[in-house]
Amino acid sequence: MRVIVLSLALICGAFAFCHPAQSFEVEEFRRFGPEGAPALKVLSTTDTEVLAPLIDSFLAQFPGLAIEYTTLGSADLMKAITRPPPGQSDFDIAISSAMDLQTKLANDGYTRRHLPESPAQMPDWASWRGHVFAFSQEPAALILSRAAFSGLELPKTRQDLITLLRRHPDRFRGRIGTYDIAASGLGYLFATQDARTSESFWRLMEIFGGLETRLYCCSGQMIEDIARGDLAIAYNVLGSYALARTDLADRIVVIEPQDYTNMMLRTAVILKETSLEKEAGAFIDHLLNAAWSQSPQAAYPFERYPAASSRQSAPYRPIQLGPGLLVYLDRLKRARFLGEWRSAITQDETRGP
Amino acid sequence: MSPPRPESQLRTSGSLSRRLTLRLVLSAAFLTLVLFFVVLAFVRDISQRTQDSILLASATSIMDSLRVEAGQITLDIPYAALSMLGNVSNDRVFYNVRKDGEVLTGYEDLPAPSQAPSPGAPSYATEEYRGASLRRVTLARRLSLDGGPADIEITVAQTREGQTAELARLTRWALMMGGGFFLVSALIGIWAAQSSVQPLHALTGVVSRRGPKDLRPVRHAVPSEMAPLVQSLNRFIERLRVSLARSEDFIAEAAHRVRTPLATVRAQAEITLRRVEKAENRASLREMIRAIDESSRAAGQLLDHAMVTFRTDSLERKPVDLDGLARDLVERLRPVADLKDIDLQYSCAGVSPLRGDAILIQNAVRNILDNAIKYAPSETGVLIDVRQGPLDVIISVTDEAGGFPAEEDTAVLTQRFVRGSNAAGTIGSGLGLTIAREVAEAHGGKLVIEPSSTGAGACVSLSFPLR
Ligand SMILES: Nc1ncnc2c1ncn2[C@@H]1O[C@H](COP(=O)(O)OP(=O)(O)O)[C@@H](O)[C@H]1O
Ligand SMILES: [Mg+2]
Repeated sequence: MRVIVLSLALICGAFAFCHPAQSFEVEEFRRFGPEGAPALKVLSTTDTEVLAPLIDSFLAQFPGLAIEYTTLGSADLMKAITRPPPGQSDFDIAISSAMDLQTKLANDGYTRRHLPESPAQMPDWASWRGHVFAFSQEPAALILSRAAFSGLELPKTRQDLITLLRRHPDRFRGRIGTYDIAASGLGYLFATQDARTSESFWRLMEIFGGLETRLYCCSGQMIEDIARGDLAIAYNVLGSYALARTDLADRIVVIEPQDYTNMMLRTAVILKETSLEKEAGAFIDHLLNAAWSQSPQAAYPFERYPAASSRQSAPYRPIQLGPGLLVYLDRLKRARFLGEWRSAITQDETRGP
Repeated sequence: MSPPRPESQLRTSGSLSRRLTLRLVLSAAFLTLVLFFVVLAFVRDISQRTQDSILLASATSIMDSLRVEAGQITLDIPYAALSMLGNVSNDRVFYNVRKDGEVLTGYEDLPAPSQAPSPGAPSYATEEYRGASLRRVTLARRLSLDGGPADIEITVAQTREGQTAELARLTRWALMMGGGFFLVSALIGIWAAQSSVQPLHALTGVVSRRGPKDLRPVRHAVPSEMAPLVQSLNRFIERLRVSLARSEDFIAEAAHRVRTPLATVRAQAEITLRRVEKAENRASLREMIRAIDESSRAAGQLLDHAMVTFRTDSLERKPVDLDGLARDLVERLRPVADLKDIDLQYSCAGVSPLRGDAILIQNAVRNILDNAIKYAPSETGVLIDVRQGPLDVIISVTDEAGGFPAEEDTAVLTQRFVRGSNAAGTIGSGLGLTIAREVAEAHGGKLVIEPSSTGAGACVSLSFPLR
């Protein structure tokens, strides 16, 4: 149930960092490599099993090194770094799917610069300032229930979806799910990017609101509900999670919308306090190499999307790393966006702006 | 006496072209430095302005998103407000929004301007924040809320790494430009210095290429700055020409004035000698004639020496046929030799012409030949030999006069008025060998005195280099 754990990490993460708290919640801790060896301390929102093959192949190159891998939610990760409880030892690397928080870490000076070994293979949008490095592209996908769509043409774009929902409102009423973006950091990231990219996002949200859309904290539950047939449509679910559920493959359809597909980038940063700078750099290089080199590696757990064409070929839009992401972390901006979104999705005019 | 070498004796006060070059190069360096700093200041200003204007654009777009809704201030920061900063450089970005000094959103600890900027006039500052140098802009605006006016301040700041890197790049570029500028202007300076002393070299060439007797004024075209110098030079040459003509005249005049009356006196003495019977009178007349001979000869030698000195000062070099010259001289002296029954033998294997002053060379050879005849006893032989060496033409006179006095230094005997111990009883002034040596030296050759191969006398030779 890796996906569920992972999703839990994501919701728990969502903006809890705003509230002062003394400690953070660790989901899982595992040590790789020989006893007594100096260990790279990695904080991550990615499940241990997902990255374990890559960690093993890395340690095979550095026999005298160990890795202490701690998984936690993205907000807890932020907290652990920006407000470490007294006595906590320093971490070396942070890996997170929360691109905005990783960017904020780098912007606020918690990270260290690194020059990747073979940057030529890496697209230049895959790093920011030499501090934040992306090592995966994961699409915000549309997940459909095969059963619910029998006899219907599968929508390829958001426009198709809008048309479909307008034509068959009763068929889908109460059977649409999406992230509660107030609770899910990833949902919020995808929604803000949608809003930034296309006006049709708000129209879609209005229609979703009219059809009594169900809000989810995490993608795992949504995928399960689709597979069970409770949901017909799940919007903005991380495609990599859905594809990982090979056990449900015959019941769900994963659609990458052809008008555009936001790509979430999983990123890694080297933390400023690291005492193993060289080893941390080597680990980042290892991740980047697995992600971007020409030859695919068996240990790489994510779908590989063409790096060079991603920017140009229309549907795939990797979310841009950089200070633009900080905008949606702004307190007032966030409050305003959530307000607007809520008024659209719940059709409750009194709460809107 | 060799001609004086002006370059070794002249005192010089540095080199004109070096001085000129130095000044031009120095001023090029100075200008380069000024240019470099001006460009640097300019570039610094431009890059500062660039960053300031994008910060202002960002702050303005945030300000524009400010709304008052239901008495509450809301803010909808446009995505572009911060992403535009990310597009120009990879710098870190900070911002905050304050209402009456209290932070509404953004970074709480971001430094605010000590003095609130007036609305419409952004304030800029460079500050330290979180261990980095920041450039920040603050915009102010007064809003009216329900409770009264509220002062809103929006601050957007960016680290300056991109700007610093860009400045470093531009500085490197300015440095390279400056270096290139300096190099080019230094080269132009060197060329200018060279070409401005060029007319001096040309004039020097024109003057020093002149023949020794060429005392015409300089007609070479010179830059106007040099015209006074050339005019003075021409006046000087004119004075020299006049005074040389005068002393030439004087020598000719003196020779004429001394020699002619002496010849008259001698002729009269001879006539008187023929008339006088009394032995003692005859003896004193002979003594008189001898004295007249001596002084006439001395006068001749003195004039010869003066003439040699004068002519060697400005040596004329024309092809001289030494063979013909010597043969001629031998024939002219043969009557004198015959008086003493001295047999003059001449031999020559053919020589190439040398370049020199024929009058001087003839004078030198005659003095040597004179000595050989004078110091040799009667009925001896004198051999005159003209031959060609590898680099020079040699004329040697071998006599059977018993050689030079062994105890005396031959170098001393070639000095003026010095006579040897064997000279007692012979007419002479001690100038003959001096003339011969000076002539040889003026031609770059030398006078060599050695015993003859038979040991019966001396072999005196003059050598003249062909080149
Ligand atoms: N051919 C010679 N043989 C021997 N002695 C010579 C000969 N030529 C010159 N001398 C010596 O060198 C001296 C200098 O010669 P010179 O200068 O010709 O003066 P002068 O002949 O008038 O005495 C002479 O006084 C003489 O002693
Ligand atoms: Mg003599």
